[in-house]
Amino acid sequence: MSTNEWPLWEVFIRSKQGLNHKHVGSLRAPDAEMALQNARDVYTRRSEGISIWVVQSALITASDPADSEAYFEPSDSKVYRHPTFYDLPDGIEHM
Amino acid sequence: METLTQEKLAEKFQAKIDADIKIEPNDWMPDTYRKSLIRQISQHAHSEIVGMLPEGNWITRAPSLRRKAVLLAKVQDEAGHGLYLYSATETLGVSREETIDDLHSGKVKYSSIFNYPTLSWADMGAIGWLVDGAAIMNQVALCRTSYGPYARAMVKICKEESFHQRQGYEIMSTLMNGTEAQREMAQDAMNRFWWPSLMMFGPSDAESKHTEQSMRWRIKRHTNDELRQSFVDASVPQAELIGLKIPDPNLVWNEARGHYDFGAIDWEEFWQVVGGNGPCNKERIEARVKAKEEGEWVREAAMAYAKKHKS
Ligand SMILES: [Fe+2]
Ligand SMILES: [Fe+2]
Repeated sequence: MSTNEWPLWEVFIRSKQGLNHKHVGSLRAPDAEMALQNARDVYTRRSEGISIWVVQSALITASDPADSEAYFEPSDSKVYRHPTFYDLPDGIEHM
Repeated sequence: METLTQEKLAEKFQAKIDADIKIEPNDWMPDTYRKSLIRQISQHAHSEIVGMLPEGNWITRAPSLRRKAVLLAKVQDEAGHGLYLYSATETLGVSREETIDDLHSGKVKYSSIFNYPTLSWADMGAIGWLVDGAAIMNQVALCRTSYGPYARAMVKICKEESFHQRQGYEIMSTLMNGTEAQREMAQDAMNRFWWPSLMMFGPSDAESKHTEQSMRWRIKRHTNDELRQSFVDASVPQAELIGLKIPDPNLVWNEARGHYDFGAIDWEEFWQVVGGNGPCNKERIEARVKAKEEGEWVREAAMAYAKKHKS
């Protein structure tokens, strides 16, 4: 009955106020409401969270790990984006 | 040309493993690595799920409300562990339903320990203390396994397991402080669960066909015999402290090795149970198949409801 298999959802949890939601795993559920309820039962049995997001896995677009070297190269080669690239005269301790 | 690329990819893959860089779902991996992981993680998932049955047997008969609440929470955790692991299996490209059907058809196994019956309340103590204890030994090592989703599931599982073993030991220790009959009940559970717990670590290193490759891929981080030895070393003093006897006349501290020596495991029994001839194999699979079949209409109705409300 694979056509009837419940869709897969990715679960994101905010562990406390002030922090981002973080991916914690996935689960299967027929709809968003059930996905939320299941996420609460499966991923927060020990006060791990104060807020949950669920997103259908099929809706996520991801970068391809096979291309990751070329894809992220522009950020690796621009050392001048980091403060350590710059020379400061002696006497300046904090900037 | 094509084979050269495959070789290069395999080389890069092994280099990542050797550098302890985790492998993630969409990364290139050898087919055999994927297959080994699917086997190992799904076996682990099934063990969590089937493992709920022997303990579920005692929930309604727990001796106090406290014990009942604890046992319920523990069994619920095991369901959660099964779910984390089914999700991890799915990241390798197999469907959950296929995975579950492989359990039901007997194609994929679960831990042989769950094919033993739970005859008395003391068995809840022996299982929590020894069976979860053995599982923890294995799972702590797996927190550093090379496949990212598996390692992350293990970290979460290990955090949750810590009370499982304690509640079991507490049951044993309470019984050992009780009446003569209670002490006998605890010792009887110990006698029945000790050897099957040692078998949980799997065949000896010499006999284990997957160990070598699994170690090279860092799917496994310690051999079966290493983990079994750590388990014996940890459990003996715990048993002695509460007055339980280890049912092994050959158990003796070996000063030179710095470990306990222990008697030979009855591997014939192990293979019999793995092969389907344990006391409860049939009952366990029947219970799982029944749960799937009788839940079918619920899953269908939920899906139909979701589709209807989408439009
Ligand atoms: Fe577990
Ligand atoms: Fe457990």
